[in-house]
Amino acid sequence: MNAEDKGALLAVRDLSVEYLTPRGAVKAVDHVSFQIQPGEVVGLAGESGSGKSTIAHSVLRILRPPAVISGGEILFRGDDILGMTQQQLEAFRWKNVALVFQSAMNALNPVVSVVDQVTDTMMVHQKMPRKEAEARATELFRVVGIDPARLHSYPHELSGGMRQRAVIAIAMALNPPLLIMDEPTTALDVVVQKEILRQIIALKRDFGFSILFITHDLSLLVELADTIAIMYAGQIVEQAGSRELFDHPRHHYTQGLMNSFPSISGPKRRLTGIPGAPPDMVAPPSGCRFHPRCLAAQACCAEKVPAPTMDENGHHVVCYFPLEGGER
Amino acid sequence: MNIPQISVTEAQTPEVRSKIRRAPRLAQFDWFTRMLRDPKAVIGLVILAIFLLMAVFAPVIAPKDPNRIVGRANQAPTAKFIFGTTGQGKDVFAQMVWGARLSLGTGFLTGALITLLSLALGMTAGYFRGWVDGVLSTATNVFLIIPGLPLLITLAMYLPPGAMTIIIVLSVTGWAWGARVFRAQTLTLREKDFVSAAVVSGESTFNIIFREILPNMTSLVVSSFFGSVIYAIGADAGLAFLGFENVSIVSWGTMLFWAGNNSALLTGAWWTILPPGLCIALVAFATTMLIYSLDEVTNPRLRSEKEIDSVLKRFHIRSRRSTPVLRHERGG
Amino acid sequence: MTQSAPIVNEKEGERFPLLEVQGLTKHFPMGTFFKTRFVHAVEDVSFKVQRGEVVALVGESGSGKSTTIRMVARLIDATRGSIVYQGEDVLHTERTHASLRYRSKVQMIFQDPFSSLNGVKSIGHHLERPLQIHGKATTRAEIRSRVEELLTSVGLNPAWEFAGKYPHELSGGQRQRVAIARALAVEPELILADEPISMLDVSIRMGVLNLIEALKEENQIAFIYITHDLASARYIGDKTMVMYAGRMVEGGESEELMHHPAHPYTRVLISAVPDPHAGLRTNQAVAARGEIPSLIEPPPGCPFAPRCAQVMPACREAMPPVRWLNDAHWVRCMLYE
Repeated sequence: MNAEDKGALLAVRDLSVEYLTPRGAVKAVDHVSFQIQPGEVVGLAGESGSGKSTIAHSVLRILRPPAVISGGEILFRGDDILGMTQQQLEAFRWKNVALVFQSAMNALNPVVSVVDQVTDTMMVHQKMPRKEAEARATELFRVVGIDPARLHSYPHELSGGMRQRAVIAIAMALNPPLLIMDEPTTALDVVVQKEILRQIIALKRDFGFSILFITHDLSLLVELADTIAIMYAGQIVEQAGSRELFDHPRHHYTQGLMNSFPSISGPKRRLTGIPGAPPDMVAPPSGCRFHPRCLAAQACCAEKVPAPTMDENGHHVVCYFPLEGGER
Repeated sequence: MNIPQISVTEAQTPEVRSKIRRAPRLAQFDWFTRMLRDPKAVIGLVILAIFLLMAVFAPVIAPKDPNRIVGRANQAPTAKFIFGTTGQGKDVFAQMVWGARLSLGTGFLTGALITLLSLALGMTAGYFRGWVDGVLSTATNVFLIIPGLPLLITLAMYLPPGAMTIIIVLSVTGWAWGARVFRAQTLTLREKDFVSAAVVSGESTFNIIFREILPNMTSLVVSSFFGSVIYAIGADAGLAFLGFENVSIVSWGTMLFWAGNNSALLTGAWWTILPPGLCIALVAFATTMLIYSLDEVTNPRLRSEKEIDSVLKRFHIRSRRSTPVLRHERGG
Repeated sequence: MTQSAPIVNEKEGERFPLLEVQGLTKHFPMGTFFKTRFVHAVEDVSFKVQRGEVVALVGESGSGKSTTIRMVARLIDATRGSIVYQGEDVLHTERTHASLRYRSKVQMIFQDPFSSLNGVKSIGHHLERPLQIHGKATTRAEIRSRVEELLTSVGLNPAWEFAGKYPHELSGGQRQRVAIARALAVEPELILADEPISMLDVSIRMGVLNLIEALKEENQIAFIYITHDLASARYIGDKTMVMYAGRMVEGGESEELMHHPAHPYTRVLISAVPDPHAGLRTNQAVAARGEIPSLIEPPPGCPFAPRCAQVMPACREAMPPVRWLNDAHWVRCMLYE
């Protein structure tokens, strides 16, 4: 995984994030490594407790204590984010990496008009006269698909889809080369979700930024992502190009996840999902964290975490008994 | 039947299973066990316990009738009379000890009555809404607006003197605040799905209010009860001081009345004012400690702030603005 | 104001339906005493449910699906319409509040596993109360044994251990199973499921759906399954109905509806579902401009008209009537008039 670090826009190596509680440390992210190349869309898929949101917030170092980064490296174009001072971080954020939050209603200030929220962002990070900021904001709104007549609306006056577009506009305000999107469509209806996703694809095509797209809905990533990493209980269990992952899932959890999405077309199959429930992160299972729910688990799985293996397609998997290619 | 069986411990290792703590028998009193670990609550409980014991064991602590004249008037504290004597020559210490019975008794009984009244009216308004809520809310607002002290005095003047009168008078003027709080909480809770589920199960309205919704409000009820107790003790003392109670019975309030009547400040007889005043203040203090502790225990935000602070201190992390990185020495 | 819709889902020689809803309407008042306006949350909805059948009710937020189901559950009053259960219009015979008999036949499970259980009561309590209220078990031993049976039947083992736990000790999926067990306690004939899996983790959703299907098979319980996810509607629903802005616009057997959607809105919904098995479908998407219209005293005509790519002048004049395309498939759209 180290060989291609050069040239990577974002390189996360062996990252560990813990939440310190009086009862002990909860390891939310455990030795996670991945990269994002310029112009690439990387999907991070997982369920609750997998640590995917924690990673998103760690890259920008906006997690509040009691969360601490307890190990690893985060390099953005070679710069060490974990070594930055508060001042350096403030200069770094939003110009280089921006975050599209999960719930637009929570991310938007309810008493400030949406255009002001964009211009405020711009003027805080870059010295810019208000006129210029407003012109840029108008252009941004046009680009993300908000009717210019709604510029001065308040968040509660906009529909869910519009609000999400506003949040995207705020993230794009300074033209960052990397956008992190944390479940941007989860709170939206399926029709609006489709529109927003198409908008995101169009924006990426026009502006060329990279995206780290975080979601629990694996099916969204097939159209959107170049590479997909599957997270479970704080660890990445499988990583591959999106088509490769969908056609040849090798980790049993990935397989199980795919067996959790009924299809709207194609033959009707009986799906089983995955027995059990995502683990309690206070005391996760020993060894491979997925072993209590895995149908192929054996004694060795409970003892030690398997070492990652990679095949010739760049397909990483962390499992003692991965599924052979072609199995579905 | 081919239903995949889900074991409660299926996703957990043996170590975790042994750590599963048995839940307390009544989850609605969780907050109480947590309170007991808080020094504020312990202090409050201890002080209250001391006063309660003093009231209960008054015949043992100060054996003779506190209304007896035992010596010269206005004697400063001596070995024989540790709190001195009143302007009538009565034993201040004995009065203080026996006075606890009436003051605490009236205070707690009134607190209980106020809580019951405000619960009944507040929950009814909150659950039924519509015109019932309209009527009850208007009544609540009326009683909130009416100036308390004049109303208290007016009622106390017209009703026959006695402890019952005081209790009724204080309850009538004191229920409105709690009713508002309980109404608001009931309004919130009734929208929860478990209430709808109880309706769909066929549960009776009475059971829904008192067996499903009320148990979710126990800490609020206790907090309101203690607040009402403080109000009652203070208002009772105030009424007595102003002479609106039967001043021949001994209570902390009547002690203050007599102290005022005998111009204690002019004569410098501080020992006739301090003991009853301190008693009232200490009881109020203890009850307030309990309320603070209860607030902290039931408000998860306050609790986690404390936990975070203690954790940060342990790891010498100074700044809270960006995610600290442990392996680097600085906390920025 | 439309004419009351004819009985839908009617088929030659069909069995006497378990539930038949006709012209169900709900208008919520808003505003002040002097200027009251009405939100037309549900307008003229009619459908049938047969014994042991799973009917999926699909719609986005604001479609009125939850409100419809709450009227059937008799949690809220209906402004107009009839709910005919086993031949009897309960809105007529049980005008002020539902009878215990109705409550023992029609049950409900809710979307949010965290608020549908009372946090200060044990799991056992949640199951005991329905048993006691409906006299299904009287002695302590009977109650305990029945509670354990119910917990086992929804896959929670060991039952006795679960019965003593409190909701905060259970995961979302387990809580939803408890909610299902609670609904089963009264031995219902119809269970209304309001988006039961949308707040659960992805990997445990299928387990709960499969449980619902097994219960339908074993106990011949009918379900009305509300969802915004068409794919799960197809998976579990024998029939599917589509709602938009308070109206029911299409209904039919699930397979038929998914493969041959008639209403333009249904087509938009189907094309919006992300489907990894179908590969890149962005170019095939059927777009719908705009947003769901305001439900406050809406204009006459089809509510989808402002967004429909195939809108005609007739669409804005009156709500299209029900049109049968074949035995089981009906639609309300001017394209078929």
